[in-house]
Amino acid sequence: MSLQVENLRVYYQTLHGDVKALDGATFALADGEIMGLAGESGCGKTTLGYSLIRLNARMRYVEGHVRLDGSELPIWDSEKMNDFRFKEVSIVPQYAMSAMNPTRKIGKMISELLSSRKVSYKTTRPELKRRLDLVGLSHDVLDMYPIELSGGMKQRMVMVLSTLLDPSLLIADEITSALDVSSQKAVAEMLVEFRNREIVKSMIVITHDISILYQIADTIMIMYAGQLAEKAPTDTIIHNAWHPYTKLLISSLPKVGVKYSENKLEGIPGKPPMLLNPPKGCRFRDRCEVAFEKCLEEPPFLELEKDHYVACWRVSDQYA
Amino acid sequence: MLKLENLSKIYHVGTFGGTELLAVNEVSFQVGEGEVVSLIGESGSGKSTIGKMILRLISKSAGSITFNGVDVSSLHGSQLKEYYRKVQGVFQDPFSSYNPIFKADRVFKLIRDEFFPGTNDVEWIAKVRDSVEDVGLNPDHVLQKYPHQLSGGQLQRLLIARALLLDVELLVADEIISMLDASTRIDVLNLLADLTSQGLSILFITHDLSLGYYISQKAVILYRGCVAEMGATEKIYNRPLHPYTKMLMASVPRLDRKWDEKVVEIALEGKNAELEDGCVFYHRCPAADAAMGCAERMPPLIETEPNHFVACFCYQEEQAAVKDIS
Repeated sequence: MSLQVENLRVYYQTLHGDVKALDGATFALADGEIMGLAGESGCGKTTLGYSLIRLNARMRYVEGHVRLDGSELPIWDSEKMNDFRFKEVSIVPQYAMSAMNPTRKIGKMISELLSSRKVSYKTTRPELKRRLDLVGLSHDVLDMYPIELSGGMKQRMVMVLSTLLDPSLLIADEITSALDVSSQKAVAEMLVEFRNREIVKSMIVITHDISILYQIADTIMIMYAGQLAEKAPTDTIIHNAWHPYTKLLISSLPKVGVKYSENKLEGIPGKPPMLLNPPKGCRFRDRCEVAFEKCLEEPPFLELEKDHYVACWRVSDQYA
Repeated sequence: MLKLENLSKIYHVGTFGGTELLAVNEVSFQVGEGEVVSLIGESGSGKSTIGKMILRLISKSAGSITFNGVDVSSLHGSQLKEYYRKVQGVFQDPFSSYNPIFKADRVFKLIRDEFFPGTNDVEWIAKVRDSVEDVGLNPDHVLQKYPHQLSGGQLQRLLIARALLLDVELLVADEIISMLDASTRIDVLNLLADLTSQGLSILFITHDLSLGYYISQKAVILYRGCVAEMGATEKIYNRPLHPYTKMLMASVPRLDRKWDEKVVEIALEGKNAELEDGCVFYHRCPAADAAMGCAERMPPLIETEPNHFVACFCYQEEQAAVKDIS
């Protein structure tokens, strides 16, 4: 197990009280696992990703533990996390396009970054060049400014940069959303390549595009309103999901080969609850077609079959 | 109904506007009544530029746009206002289409001031409520709210409702669902499709091929300002001819099959290569062949089968061969 997260809660502080954006997440990542993290906007997927590396000023750690390769990540202490960031946990941010310092040449920026982590640029340079070859960028980019690169090239450059110190865990936040289909494919396949070459041990790929996850992820975890709904191997989630929310989400995706005139797709009625004062019990209850009295209690996130976790009373009752 | 003929747009870029950028190059196609045409392309393919030219937000450089037989670029004053009564646009980011200081229904008030100054309050409110209901929203839930109190899907649907207040015949929908969540996306898409059954035509601009297939009867594939392939949606999706379309189809992430490992990787580097004469796709094309003349001139758009056009020399020869036999 490379990553273990236990009952993690991270709230956002607002004038009206705490927004419970991440309310009790417990899951684990195996060595070499690429886990896709999906859900609607506001479901807490980005909060979960960021809480593993850096809590921003508005985020407040409430409780929970995160263990990476056996050692505890001090995620509540931003100073202590510095020992882990970049070396053990790294992130490719959503806006990788604007993640690089526009006033520095890329090579110069990398050398500054490495020296801040007390790593020598000189000794890393040959490896850096190998990595550039791997993602298909020419070595000349090191003497260029970020503005000279196209969107897809910047994205790949940031990927090389984020993984340069061989982190154990890589968090990729919506990295394909802003790209064209052809660059999207190239970037997604690069993630898999990084894992295959053991540059990165395990990965969390955050996206709302489930069809991308189907191509590259080993497992998919679905979140709803700040809580985990279901986690299972990719094929199981796509073809054999248990949670009513996952089922609706998958069935509402337009696919090539589905036409309005022949096969009208249905959306999910209703909208997610406000997380300021979330309702008691199952948070999907109001939109769920199969909800019953028991759903007034909060369903536990249980492993009902090997590697298939789900938080739904209907499903767990059937299994009991 | 809407007809584009050899439409081109040249942008002047660079420090002093000295460099010319051909964003749209001699594009011709038509949108019929009640028809949904999707305009598909990567970023920089000129798809939004075409939408903006139709809406008269930017001027055209050459060619013509005619709407019901009238040249759009010649319209002025009251004629232009009449045009906007019939042709409206909805854009990608619903959040920036509203002024956050005012309530969201101000967009309706603006329409009233501009187009319906004579209507009395009772009549107007009923009309607004009708059109909000038409887009599947509950007027009591969304009217008199500020933009931040509404979700992206609701805001986007209000913008469509705004367009429906006028007697729109053509809606230019520029990436209108890419900012929305998967669960609300399909509702907006279904709404558009429902509206076409009432005679509305839609120019659906998108980079997402599965959305294009879901809703449209006709598809136009653009590459660097040129039409690479166009025709009936099924034909293009089931039997893509142009190497670029083939590549697009192969790289679309799908839920029913995984990416094919064997598909030849197309060099991304060629994407921004300098264009000289010759086919715009030359630098990335796996089938490019100097003998066919790919490097010298741009292949014209030819019809390979009824309602299926492609601009590629690979098929030009086929066509010629068929003619020889006949």
